[in-house]
Amino acid sequence: MVKLPECIEKSDYEEKISTLDKNEFSSFGDVTLALAGNANVGKSVIFNYLTGSDQVVGNWPGKTVDRAEGNFQYDGQKIHVIDLPGIYSFSTFSMEEIVSREYIANEKPDVVINVVDGSVLERNLFFTLQLMEMEVPMVVCVNQMDVARAKGFQVDTEKLEKALGVPVVPTVAIRGEGLQKLIKKAISIAKDKKISETAIEYGGEVEKAVKELQNFLEREKLGLGYSNRWVAIKLLENDPEIIKKVEILSDGAIQLANHLALELERIHDEPSFSIIASERYTLANRIAAGAQKQTRYRITLSEKLDKILIHPIYGYFTSAMVILGLLIWTFVLGNFISELITNAMSFFQPVDPALSGPALAVLWNGAFGGLVAGLTLIVPFVIPFYIMLSYIENSGLLTRVAFMMDSFMQKIGLHGKALIPLILGYGCSVPAIDSTKILETRRERLLAAFAITFAPCSARTIIILSLVAIFVSIWWALALYVLDLIIIFIMGKLALKAMPGESTSLIMEIHSLRMPSASVILKQTWNRTKSLTYLVFPVFIAGSALIQLFYVLGVLEPISNLMAPLTVGWLKLPAFAGILLIVGAVRKEFVLLTLVSFVGTDLSLALTPVQFIVLALIGMLYIPCLSTISILIREFGVKAASVISAANLVTAIVVGGIAAHVLSLFM
Amino acid sequence: MSSEKTLSENAEEYLEVLYKLSLKERPVKTTNISKMLNISPASVTQMVKKLEKEGYLHYSPYKGVTLTEEGYKIASNITRKHRLLERFLHDVLKIKKEKVHDQACEMEHVLSDDAERALCQLLENPDECPDDEELIPVCDFEFKTCEECRMRRQEEVNEVGKRNKNLVSLTDMEKNEKGKVSFIRGDYKVIRRLMDMGITMGAEIGVLEVAPFKGPVELLVRGSNLALGRDIAKNVFVEIIKENTPESKGALAHG
Repeated sequence: MVKLPECIEKSDYEEKISTLDKNEFSSFGDVTLALAGNANVGKSVIFNYLTGSDQVVGNWPGKTVDRAEGNFQYDGQKIHVIDLPGIYSFSTFSMEEIVSREYIANEKPDVVINVVDGSVLERNLFFTLQLMEMEVPMVVCVNQMDVARAKGFQVDTEKLEKALGVPVVPTVAIRGEGLQKLIKKAISIAKDKKISETAIEYGGEVEKAVKELQNFLEREKLGLGYSNRWVAIKLLENDPEIIKKVEILSDGAIQLANHLALELERIHDEPSFSIIASERYTLANRIAAGAQKQTRYRITLSEKLDKILIHPIYGYFTSAMVILGLLIWTFVLGNFISELITNAMSFFQPVDPALSGPALAVLWNGAFGGLVAGLTLIVPFVIPFYIMLSYIENSGLLTRVAFMMDSFMQKIGLHGKALIPLILGYGCSVPAIDSTKILETRRERLLAAFAITFAPCSARTIIILSLVAIFVSIWWALALYVLDLIIIFIMGKLALKAMPGESTSLIMEIHSLRMPSASVILKQTWNRTKSLTYLVFPVFIAGSALIQLFYVLGVLEPISNLMAPLTVGWLKLPAFAGILLIVGAVRKEFVLLTLVSFVGTDLSLALTPVQFIVLALIGMLYIPCLSTISILIREFGVKAASVISAANLVTAIVVGGIAAHVLSLFM
Repeated sequence: MSSEKTLSENAEEYLEVLYKLSLKERPVKTTNISKMLNISPASVTQMVKKLEKEGYLHYSPYKGVTLTEEGYKIASNITRKHRLLERFLHDVLKIKKEKVHDQACEMEHVLSDDAERALCQLLENPDECPDDEELIPVCDFEFKTCEECRMRRQEEVNEVGKRNKNLVSLTDMEKNEKGKVSFIRGDYKVIRRLMDMGITMGAEIGVLEVAPFKGPVELLVRGSNLALGRDIAKNVFVEIIKENTPESKGALAHG
């Protein structure tokens, strides 16, 4: 999927990446390979094939971009591999692009393996040509030869090799075909540091301008880490970051570049970046046309399926099926696993603090209880969910659903892809907010995360069902659900008003549908689950222990009394509701559990129907749970997290109070 | 880039006159202002006091008026606009020398800073105005050179290509129609991204599917399938390629 231009603040351009300490990993192997290429060309499949289990997925320092690296042994040598993010160009419009180009310039991998999609050769060569401008030792891996064949293309890799002047290896990575040869080639190139001898030249006046500037830079000896040719082209393209770097070192270079760019613009009557993009594509087209033949025109299975998947009518059914399928799969499988774990954990019974003493109560009921809750409530749902999500993402189904749903999502300022995090929100807000990473700008991620905090996650669903459906009526429970959807929509609209900005429209490649590789899915699931676990479990354990401590110390009562004007006065709830809301901030289910511990299982003795509804409403809206808040902080910072939490709290109090007053008139 | 507070046209005129007079005498006598503006000395004194209160100038009775730093900034900015406009009216629109001054006086107050930059670039950084060959004050933008000013402007490019007749927006194309890209407008970053994805000037595009409810459009471009949101697609304009030549059939698949 395309990563759209991310708004990068000027300060972010600064030397952040280049000055950061080199990752300790980099000096690890004897040889370093970097995988580079467009999104969805099979880089991760190759990466997984090479590194097996010896891999680490982290973040690029200071960035939300995944940094995947690993090691393997080849011929008695340690080989270090880094999987660069999937990008289409080396501009500065997304973090992925900046991270990739800085990595290649500063950390100088021994060889870059450029993975290209053999079935979309021309578009992929556009990126290859940019890599060649950087004059790095490289190997081109023409992947997805099977898809190309299915589409009726014959790719002549020898011709391609001749045209580019670098080794070209055809592969079908998903079946492991050609990968051994690829590695052998890559390592031999890494040893000789051989760069292409064939000059890649653009058309007449563009090439002349590039050469002239390149020669000038040659004399200036700037030492930026990039090749002079690349710097020359970037200067002509008006790349802000490169201009800034060159400016300090050579005023003459900037002046010459401006002069040459003006000249080009005069001839073509187009901005220089447009002229250069056209030039690259003209060359990519010529090379692709020379190296591939379309022998027959065949409608592939993927195209046939697309006739249904993005059909103006059937498309909505199939999209709904994908979404529902994901939810049902997650809940059914999740429930099953959850029960298994609960049974296995049945030895866990809370102790009575009066008998055991406070310390044991805090440790056992609190800390260990939190761990058990995490194991039975989070893990079972998250793993099946991530597996299916990864499947939907990697197979290409997600792009089809995003395509169909785009126009609805636009109404709350998001585009089609944002649907996935929102759906996730129906399961658990934490992975949902985590998955907002698939959106491009921080603004979009924030908008989506904000909407997610209002979505009825499984814990809220439990509250609604057990308070309202059982003790009032199923119809009231349903009404609350509908009300929640309306609130999400209204809050989404409000957030859009509060955070004005250009709404990013969809720019998304729809690649051929395919069966994703099981190893990629499992690796992805494992990495996602792992990072989530690290975040959620400590919060769960600590939060739950803290509440037990409060219990033991008996400080909940006074706090609850302080809250009485709000809980009793405005919301018309019993006085103990304050305690419920405090413990519920750790985990929403605690509201229910604590209530039961206060009044026994027949809750109707303690609460009136209106109070049930109000309590459920408040429980549903009032504050994201502690885990959600901590992931909000991780992703967006303390300030955004507090604003979102405050918005939740205010909404809950307003809506709850109105409900309490209005409903008591006629119930 | 000029003042955050909006000054009245009248006040701007005063500052402009002060700028001109300050070149000859400092402090400027109020009688000279009143002569230049053709306004009674009493009203001039009143206005000068008002502008002093707002911090644009210092006024000491019997001595005269000096501009403060802020007043000078606004005054030179408005003078610059005035003189650039004079050049434009004279050089480009070929209006007689005698008439440009009054016209420019009217226009200078509504000229935005962006328009000023564009005007300066169009006139290739002129230094004198036509009527009395006075110097045009240098701009107060934070650019080191005129080239830098031009380069930075490129980041604000919001259209590429030629707006010919008979151009059709992607959203107005029928399913399975094909066209050649000839004009794109929109956000700079979006235009550059579209070009990275292969939608360059002259590229051939086929429309594969249009989602209902103002949804996105699926395109075939350079052999790849691309979905564009409606807001972006409607700003990409093509020349329709007639589908009667036999060799055009397979061409699209190759790009």
